[in-house]
Amino acid sequence: MNEKAGNVFRRTIFFENPVIIQILGICSTLAVTNKLLNTLIMCIGLTLTTALSSLSVSLMRKAIPRKVRMIVEVFVIAFYVIIFDLFLKAYLPEISVALGPYVGLIITNCIVMGRTEAYALANSPTISFLDGLGSGLGYSLILLIVATIREILGFGSLFGFRIFGENFVNWTIMVMPASAFFVLAVILWIFKAMMIKKR
Amino acid sequence: MGEISPFVLFLGSIFTGNMVLSYFLGMCSFISVSKEIKTANGLGMAVIFVMTVTTAINHVVYHNLLVPFGLEYLTYIVFIIVIAAFVQVLEMIIDRFSPTLYMNLGIFLPLITVNCAILGIALFMVVRNYGLIQSIFFGLGSGVGWWLAIVALAAIRMRIREQDIPVPLRGAGITLIIIGIMALAFIGFSGVFKLQ
Repeated sequence: MNEKAGNVFRRTIFFENPVIIQILGICSTLAVTNKLLNTLIMCIGLTLTTALSSLSVSLMRKAIPRKVRMIVEVFVIAFYVIIFDLFLKAYLPEISVALGPYVGLIITNCIVMGRTEAYALANSPTISFLDGLGSGLGYSLILLIVATIREILGFGSLFGFRIFGENFVNWTIMVMPASAFFVLAVILWIFKAMMIKKR
Repeated sequence: MGEISPFVLFLGSIFTGNMVLSYFLGMCSFISVSKEIKTANGLGMAVIFVMTVTTAINHVVYHNLLVPFGLEYLTYIVFIIVIAAFVQVLEMIIDRFSPTLYMNLGIFLPLITVNCAILGIALFMVVRNYGLIQSIFFGLGSGVGWWLAIVALAAIRMRIREQDIPVPLRGAGITLIIIGIMALAFIGFSGVFKLQ
């Protein structure tokens, strides 16, 4: 049952990438992809939450009655999200304001719930932790690519620093929500084409 | 912000500030349940109802229970409990009184508990400081907006089913592009209503 650590990472980041293969959980984070810094903070929050929730649920898996497992999982996830939210409010108040309600929406992110439900309930704590961590990283990888493209083209900057000269005309569409869908669709297209070729 | 009339808020949350197309809320079920118009319609209806009622309940709970006792940091968990409990009760009631409705709507109810849009609307309501009447219309409008978007998406997806789409783009890829174009179309409404 227990797979090797390296195998877990390869599986969760590439072969079963939550965004590309399962189109899961893009709601809470796609919204903040117009600035790379915001996306990075969100991705860190999501990865930590997924990893720690998987660990906790896996530790408690023998004690949780089957019927109430969903609500227990939600409690565990909400617990970590609240800690992350309070941490942001205390140490990074500006980013906390910019992210607004989206931090709370990590609770309903399908990836976190999906990993605890599908993996952590049936596997040992260490391996569940790695599975959660890997899924979070695989998810972050795609979202960071989207954010990089959107910030460079939409604002001509990266992490808030200008990288193009004064003559660069911002692509207004990249700031608008619609572009997030287009960019993600193209990334999906490229990844899937590569996968089909490999096979 | 208290002066926006509920009616403007209702129309605004359908068109200018559409839940899925401008705030990315409820994306998971938006993509996975939009293959057939019939199921999309069922889920949309369920979302309208649950969203309106839970937003109202959450408004009352937040302003009468959480704020007076200084428990704002429990907001997330309390909102989730309210939504989950309401959906559970609703499921039992529908199952008891209308088996036909349960057959059509029942399977969508558990899905709704983890629909980000429901929790998202409740959180937006808190951040934007809406009153009770405003919140009800905001919830209703957002629900209708979500229903409109998912039914439109399902209709488009059924039409392109027979088309010759590049293999890697099939499924999620082309759906995302359709959603992108829909979002562009909805930008046409921007400026008609002022939401914040």
